[in-house]
Amino acid sequence: MTWFVTPFTDNTFMMRALLAGVLVALLCAVAGTFVVLRGLAFIGDALAHGVLPGVAGALLLGAPGMIGAAVGSAVMIVGVSAITHRTRLSSDTAIGLLFVGMLALGVIIVSRSDSFNGDIIRILFGEILGIDSSDLLVLLAATVVIAALAVVFARPFLLLCFDPEQADVAGFRASRYHVVMLVMVATTVVVSFQAVGTLLVFGMLIAPAGAGALLARRVTAMMAWAAGLGSASVYIGLLLSYHFDLAAGASIVFVTVCMFFVVFTVQVLRAASSPSASAASA
Amino acid sequence: MSAAVECAHLSVGYGQHAVVEGIDVVLEPGQALALVGTNGSGKSTLLKTIMGLIDPIAGTCRVLGGQPGTQHARVAYLGQAHPSRSVLPLQALDVVKMGRYASLGLFGRAGTRDRALVRDALEQMGIGHLAAAPLRSLSGGQQQRVFLAQVAAREGDILVLDEPTAGLDLSGAAAYRDLVSKALARGASVVTATHDIADAQTCDQVVLLAGRIVAQGTPQQVLTADHLLDAFGIVLQSVEHQSHQDLIITELPHAHDHGHGHEHDHGHRHD
Repeated sequence: MTWFVTPFTDNTFMMRALLAGVLVALLCAVAGTFVVLRGLAFIGDALAHGVLPGVAGALLLGAPGMIGAAVGSAVMIVGVSAITHRTRLSSDTAIGLLFVGMLALGVIIVSRSDSFNGDIIRILFGEILGIDSSDLLVLLAATVVIAALAVVFARPFLLLCFDPEQADVAGFRASRYHVVMLVMVATTVVVSFQAVGTLLVFGMLIAPAGAGALLARRVTAMMAWAAGLGSASVYIGLLLSYHFDLAAGASIVFVTVCMFFVVFTVQVLRAASSPSASAASA
Repeated sequence: MSAAVECAHLSVGYGQHAVVEGIDVVLEPGQALALVGTNGSGKSTLLKTIMGLIDPIAGTCRVLGGQPGTQHARVAYLGQAHPSRSVLPLQALDVVKMGRYASLGLFGRAGTRDRALVRDALEQMGIGHLAAAPLRSLSGGQQQRVFLAQVAAREGDILVLDEPTAGLDLSGAAAYRDLVSKALARGASVVTATHDIADAQTCDQVVLLAGRIVAQGTPQQVLTADHLLDAFGIVLQSVEHQSHQDLIITELPHAHDHGHGHEHDHGHRHD
C-alpha cells in the first residue's frame, strides 16, 4: 500500500505535482471534449506547438512564460483565421503553415539561449515536479473559468458540434462560438504547458477525451470519462516516474495514450463478441 | 399580418455567383411551398437564403416581416445532413431537445411546455421508444426521424425543410406528412426542397428550378409533363386516375445512349 501512497504523502513536490496534474486533466477533459467532437485536433496540436516562440521569447526576456504562451496562441488563432477568411486555402493549410513557422521560430529563439537543450526540453515536456503554489492557484482559477464557460455556453457548443448551421439558425452565431472554443483550448494549453509541456499537453487534450468518446453515450458522460481517465493517468504516471526514475510529464502522457488503446481494444473485442457480430459472421 | 416569406427579384448564390435569379414568391401563413428541381438547381441555396445563412446577391427577402435570420425562435430548419451529426455521443432525446434552444437562449430553463413539446415531437415521428438510444446506433431513416422531431419541437411559424423525406420508410413518410399537416393546421408555413413529386403536388405553390425558374404557380400549373421535361429531361405521361392525377416516367434521359430503347414506368407517383 505504501508503494502507492507514500510518494505523495512523504514528498511535497509529488503532492503538488499530483494536484497540478489532476487540474490539468480536468481542464483538458473539458476543452479536449470539444476538440474531439468538433474535429479540432490539428489546431489543438498547432496551438500546443505554436506557443513555443512565445514561451521561448518570454524566457529570453525574463518575462513569465505564460504571458509568452498567451501571445503565441493569440498569433496562431488570428493568423489561421486571417488566412482562412482572406484566401481560398483550407484551414488545414493555414494551420500547417503557422504550426511549422512558429515551431521553427521557437527553436531559433531558444538557440540564442545559453542553455538551449535545457530550455527546449523544459518547454516541450514541462516541469511538473517543479510546480509551486502560485502555479497551482493559476491552474485552479483556469479550471474554474473553463468549466464555467463550458456550462454557460453548453447549448451553443453542443449545436456547434452537431451542425454549425443549426447553431446559426438557433441564434448562436457559429463563427463567434467557434472562436470562444478556440480561446478555451488556447487557455488550456497556455496554463497547462508548465506542468506537462507544450508537446505533451496535446496528448492530455485528445487521448482521455478520445477514450471518453468511445465509452460515453452523452457529451457530459464523455467529459466525466475524460476527467476520470486523465486524472488516473496523472496518478499512475507520477507513481511510475517516482519508482522507476522516469520523466514525469512524459510518463503521464504515455499512460494516457495507453489508456486510450486499452479502451479501444476492449471496445473492439466487445463488438466482436456481441451477438449481432456473431450472427453477421455466421 | 405579414407574409411568412416574401421574396422580390431575389438572386441567390455564393459570393457573386448567382445560382438562381429573379425569384418572386409570396407565401402566406398556413401555406406550403415546394421547391422542385435538379441537383444543383438552387433549391438548397434558396432555403439557406430564407434562413439567413447566406446573403442574397440581389433583390429582397423578408421572413415573417423581418430580415432573414432574425426570428430564431419562430423558424425551424432541417438542413442537409452534416457529417459530424451521427458520430456524436448524443441520445435521440438530446437532439430533439436542441429544437428548444432557440427559445430558451443561453440561460433559459426548460419548463413543462418545453418537455411536452419534445415528448410530443418524438411520439409524432414514431420514435418515442428510441428517446434514450444513441444517435450513432440508429439507421439513416431513424436519424432522419430524430432530426424531423427536432424541427417539430421548435414549433416554429415557418418550417424550412431540405429533402425531409430522404431515407424515410413508408411509416416515416406518413409521420412526416402528419407533422406538416399539423403545422399547416396551426397556421405555420412550410417551405420544402424536395425530389418527391407526390409531396410537391400537395403544396399550395410549387417553384420548379433548373438553375433558373422553369415554372411557378400551383402544382397543376407547374408539374406538367412539358415543364418536367424541360427541367429534368425526362418524358412523363399524365394519367387521370379516379380523383387524382398520376405522372408516369415513360422515358429516361439518355435512354437511347445505352441502347435500351424506351424505358417504361420507372416511377409511379400518386397524388
